[in-house]
Amino acid sequence: MTLPLIAEHPLRLLLYLITTWLALGLAGLPTPRGGRLVARVLFPLGAMICLAVATIAAIFLLTGHAPQTAILPFGLPDLPFHIRLDALSAFFLLILGLAGAGISIFSAGYFRAGEGTAPGLMGLQYHVFLASMALVLLADDAYLFMVAWETMALSSYFLVTSQHRIPEIRRAGFLYLLMAHVGAICILLSFGVLQGGSWQFTFDAMRHATSTLTPFLATTAFLLALLGFGMKAGLVPLHVWLPEAHPAAPSPVSAMMSGIMLKTAVYGFLRISFDLLHVRFWQWGVLVLAVGLFSAIYGAIFAAVQSDMKRLLAYSSIENIGIIFTGIGLAILFETSNLHLYAALALCAALVHALNHSLFKSLLFLTTGSVLHATGHRNLGKLGGLIRRMPWVATIALVGTLAIAGLPPLNGFVSEWLLLQSFLFTPQIPHAFVNMFVPLGAAVLALTAALAAYVMVKFYGVVFLGQPREASLSEARDPSWLERIGLLWLAIGCIAIGIVPQLAMRPAAGVTGMLLGQTVATSSLWWIAPIAPQQASYSGVILLAGILGTIGITFLLVRLLAHGRLRRVPAWDCGYPHQTARMQDTAEGFGQPIRHMFGAFFRIERDLPTPDDIAPRYRMRLEDRIWRTLYLPIARATQKIADMVSILQSGSLSIYLLCSFLTLIVLLVFVL
Amino acid sequence: MPYTVPILNLLAACLLLISFAMLSRRRTQRLVNLFAWQGAILFLSTCLVAHSSGLHELYYSAALTLLLKVIALPLILHRLINRLGAQWDSETVVNIPLTMLAGLVLVIFAFGLAQPISMMATTITRNMLGIALAVILLSFLMMITRRKAVTQVIGFLAMENGLFFAATSATYGMPMVVELGIALDVLVGVFILGLFFFQIREQFESLDLRNMENLKED
Repeated sequence: MTLPLIAEHPLRLLLYLITTWLALGLAGLPTPRGGRLVARVLFPLGAMICLAVATIAAIFLLTGHAPQTAILPFGLPDLPFHIRLDALSAFFLLILGLAGAGISIFSAGYFRAGEGTAPGLMGLQYHVFLASMALVLLADDAYLFMVAWETMALSSYFLVTSQHRIPEIRRAGFLYLLMAHVGAICILLSFGVLQGGSWQFTFDAMRHATSTLTPFLATTAFLLALLGFGMKAGLVPLHVWLPEAHPAAPSPVSAMMSGIMLKTAVYGFLRISFDLLHVRFWQWGVLVLAVGLFSAIYGAIFAAVQSDMKRLLAYSSIENIGIIFTGIGLAILFETSNLHLYAALALCAALVHALNHSLFKSLLFLTTGSVLHATGHRNLGKLGGLIRRMPWVATIALVGTLAIAGLPPLNGFVSEWLLLQSFLFTPQIPHAFVNMFVPLGAAVLALTAALAAYVMVKFYGVVFLGQPREASLSEARDPSWLERIGLLWLAIGCIAIGIVPQLAMRPAAGVTGMLLGQTVATSSLWWIAPIAPQQASYSGVILLAGILGTIGITFLLVRLLAHGRLRRVPAWDCGYPHQTARMQDTAEGFGQPIRHMFGAFFRIERDLPTPDDIAPRYRMRLEDRIWRTLYLPIARATQKIADMVSILQSGSLSIYLLCSFLTLIVLLVFVL
Repeated sequence: MPYTVPILNLLAACLLLISFAMLSRRRTQRLVNLFAWQGAILFLSTCLVAHSSGLHELYYSAALTLLLKVIALPLILHRLINRLGAQWDSETVVNIPLTMLAGLVLVIFAFGLAQPISMMATTITRNMLGIALAVILLSFLMMITRRKAVTQVIGFLAMENGLFFAATSATYGMPMVVELGIALDVLVGVFILGLFFFQIREQFESLDLRNMENLKED
């Protein structure tokens, strides 16, 4: 396959690749228990396809190809599927491909024995999930979009509930499915408003129809889209399914959902608000910005007090989605104020952060999978000291935690820096009060970043550092080479984007060019100065060189000054010689200050033992206030209405027949 | 043939009479016999309509009716009843005179309903539409008032007879494909219900549907 061929027919090639995914999924079905075929052949092949998808998307973005469209001969009569590849979908396909490659190769090792579900079936669900996400990104009419969107929700539901014999997992899966469907209804209604009376459901027709929409209808469509995609993305207060579903799912599935699926919601939101809608209002920007910032800080606070490592990462996903939506909100705000260059900067920050998050969050979820397989524990209170037993995983997790904490020279820093840069221009927004309040958002963002770093210190410190809290942890081992390749791939991605941010910013520039007609100035490959070099600039290489130099000098100094005076003695024991591993700082202890400071956010239930208790036990439960104030009343009302309807269920066949008989008579009288 | 319409009217009246008879009967085997008679009348009237209208397709429907509703289904039902020992239906939900009165009201309602429709129809049989509707409603009423599973199935089949009669009288029958489909549905339905009878009896040791009220969730 030569380069010109890829450049010429990217859409057709993508279709072939998606079909191959489906074929791979079906290939594992005849021998569902044959883990060998699935692990050694199908998943690695799927990873190769991910790579190919990423390559095609990258080439498409970098060559600045014009959008490509095609009509598929499937679908209903007179309602064929339309697909289209443009810069926006290509960018998210790039995310799908890059993160998907790492996750697939990791899954090859991880799903050898299956996780509750047989490996072959797992492979089918997994590859259908991948293919449907790719189709969501390629869809060019509301019909195919909804079909792919629902396929994505269903396949991921089955993946989440692969351990369906456990009641909590079934419950989490049901909550996820319910939220996914309610979200899908909102999206469907949004498309219904967007067609603007033309009754044409291709995106192309909608682009024309939306220019005649009244401001009220446009706002309705926008709010429905925010609701529907926000439910999938996990914006607060629509986030409740996320912290339930992620711990329930097998780790590679959590990685896929958090790393890629949440991004499809970002994609859909961008598609509707920037591509399909012609008009935007600055109030929308304020709304998205507020929701994004609130989600970011909320996610970070909740992540800080979790003691289950996957739940912690799930809340961290909410935080990162909040950051992405903050960027989008800023972009809308700037764009409606005719500050197009700054809008491009904010959007670029959001897109780069979406890519970054897909890399480091997948990476972290995969490491929790490795830890879970090696130790059997998910609770932070039972882990510890794994850096000695699992040096591979520990090293790679360190890269992921540094990246997610937003430390240079890793990729998390780049996007958060870009976003903070764009916040610096908000005083130029020509709306009174808005230009005073929005800059405060930068402070919230900074607080979020600091909390995220705190969370990651807790995550890494409790899992990998210190002493093992359980005796069984001494048998933990690093995972197989397939899993290591997957982890390494994602870690390299984090480092590469951190050092050469242009790797992510050039593709993002294609998207901002398409949506806003404006790109952030990119001077050289090694040096980024988004607006003007004299204002702010960043070079990952120089920073890396500085860090390495400092480490080297320190090392040399220590060697020179302290050499030969090294002694190995037991660590200071606080004057108390009988220490056990259980006396280390725990996850709960680490989160305690946050729990105190942000007590208003939580509902805390605590059982404190009495002084004369012989077997004292300390138990604490933290709950989301939103669940009680928003969701439980809805659930109760639904139950009440259902109870009212159940009066009809008398159990007697005669009554049932009488009901249909009376309905028939009434209808006949109606005809009369 | 000059007497076609009067004969058809006579047959239709017989159909209605049989429906009333079914409402009043309590012995299950009698009900099956009445059902078979209903089928026979349907066969005759369809043949007559086919002859007078010159539509040869209707002969096939008539043959199908004869085969299925006069011979096959009654045989199956008789065997089922004997094997299940369900010769007697228990007390009806509403007593029989009251049911007959309700039936009368239904017939009047059906005739009133059919009047505007039969104005539009162009067939010679259009006056029978009211009777066909009445047969459907009466069969439905029978299903409501009975308690045994077997009688309910007979009511269901009688309702199908009424539908068939309505189709022949309003539009000279349905397309052949549809008719074949319905015939197959009825046959399969009876087989499945037959299986269910045994399941129900095994579960509750009786075919009385009152037992099934325990199934509902509280």
